[in-house]
Amino acid sequence: MSIDTATARKVAKLARIRVEEADLPKLAEQLSGILGFMEQLNEVDVTGIEPMVSVTPMRLARRADVVSDGNIQAQILANAPDAREGFFAVPKVVE
Amino acid sequence: MTNPNQLTIAAARDALRKGELSAVDLTMSCLTAMDAGDDLNAFVHKTPDIALTQARAADVRLKAGGAPDLCGIPLGIKDLFCTKGVASQAASHILAGFKPEYESTVTTKLFDAGAVMLGKLNMDEFAMGSSNETSCYGDVINPWKIDDRKLTPGGSSGGSAAAVAADLCLGATGTDTGGSIRQPAAFTGITGIKPTYGRVSRWGIVAFASSLDQAGPMTKSVRDAAIFLGAMCGYDAKDSTSANIPVPDFEAALTGDIRGKKIGIPKEYRMDGMPAEIEALWQNGIAMMKDAGAVIVDISLPHTKYALPAYYVIAPAEASSNLARYDGVRYGHRAKLAAGDGITEMYEKTRAEGFGPEVQRRIMVGTYVLSAGFYDAYYNRARKVRALIKRDFERVFDAGIDAILTPATPSSAFGLGEMASADPVEMYLNDVFTVTVNLAGLPGVAVPVGLDAKGLPLGLQLIGRPWDEAGLLNHAYVLEQAAGFVAKPAKWW
Repeated sequence: MSIDTATARKVAKLARIRVEEADLPKLAEQLSGILGFMEQLNEVDVTGIEPMVSVTPMRLARRADVVSDGNIQAQILANAPDAREGFFAVPKVVE
Repeated sequence: MTNPNQLTIAAARDALRKGELSAVDLTMSCLTAMDAGDDLNAFVHKTPDIALTQARAADVRLKAGGAPDLCGIPLGIKDLFCTKGVASQAASHILAGFKPEYESTVTTKLFDAGAVMLGKLNMDEFAMGSSNETSCYGDVINPWKIDDRKLTPGGSSGGSAAAVAADLCLGATGTDTGGSIRQPAAFTGITGIKPTYGRVSRWGIVAFASSLDQAGPMTKSVRDAAIFLGAMCGYDAKDSTSANIPVPDFEAALTGDIRGKKIGIPKEYRMDGMPAEIEALWQNGIAMMKDAGAVIVDISLPHTKYALPAYYVIAPAEASSNLARYDGVRYGHRAKLAAGDGITEMYEKTRAEGFGPEVQRRIMVGTYVLSAGFYDAYYNRARKVRALIKRDFERVFDAGIDAILTPATPSSAFGLGEMASADPVEMYLNDVFTVTVNLAGLPGVAVPVGLDAKGLPLGLQLIGRPWDEAGLLNHAYVLEQAAGFVAKPAKWW
């Protein structure tokens, strides 16, 4: 599977990482190399094998559906690059 | 005369309990060594004030008697662990300025046991790398040196490995997603164990690939690994994959008796082009286990070859999901925006500035393999191959094998920058012997066994049954005693 520049552009967009136009060919080449390495997996007979969900045979534990903490607004906002009036602030969102 | 910072955890513990040494003096000795070790670039956020406060409290506890093993023991903490009020950046620009409001479960347990934190340790960015060259803080330098070159300490726990090998601390926390404890331990001549998946809580550790990540200790001896691991383990309701099973006394399991135990030697680990020195080391290790009374059994793990490609689908897929949280809104870096930029530009510019090239590559690989049309071909196929890799191990253990002996790395430490022009896949080959263990969720330990012709340390890996860290560490202890590895790097820093 070879990745072309258009696919690299699309993947960067999906990942929300800005990649300059000039850098796309090199990115495409590196992604192709990595995906080419993964092609080996096609040699394996996986007939009848279920994809692994959990590496240890365990059920995910459930917990009681109750509030365990709260009233920590200042702590939650403490690391925000931009917090105003008790909220996270972001640029205007217009769709 | 040995300086206190050169002690093992076990020796320091005994000296502290006997009152021959105070936690404050031990901590001061480590702080001095830490400051003198700046050329190694291992410690990236130093916390001497916290260390001395903890050391004073430890001395009070020690005096009262009955203090836990780690009481007063100075440790380094990998930057991947969230530590309250102390920078925790996962060696990434995107977490610049981040100071968690909470403490990870592992560091909480260590501090409750009286351990002393000297500071945060360098690593590969988001634990993605095998040479500690992807860090936002710059490369860590291996204390081992044989010529003018600066060598890698391995990665991703490169700062932890260098700090322990150079006696800047008595032990350090590491994390291991594909070999990130065991490979750097082997490159620096120390011991490192990755426990069974679920043994150590992942809560408060910055996530890379959640189904593979596991924290463990990096230490100067197997006994130290047993002591340190015991303090890290245990059920934690805050990690939904944490195992609710008893934690044995790992140190008490170090009997040195492995007579009649069956050690598997997997033929698939004899790679094409493997250096003769690695093969010779492996044969030495086999002879040591045999001399100790173990039974050597040739085994086959037929899907070994597919572990790396499966890993490099699964780990980036999980990483692309985990790292979606770094969006410039709740913590860390936000890019400066141009007039008219909206929220999409904020995300894209923030993530382009904040993530380094290797992290960006892995996020994009993960995005690709999870995208519509490729999910089955890559991600589901890799998860099926992972099931087969795990089945290989289950069959071998069901047949009565107690532990598996393999090389830890395909080479000794290489020079920093030597892989710069290589294909990313070439760097991934460093994990060839370790990555199967993460995919199968098993415990694995790297033990230093000898020096190569150049004078650099080489290690062997032992792989254990699920939840049998106690038995595994006893096998490692036998290997350590037989190998008698005592070499230390000559101090140049």
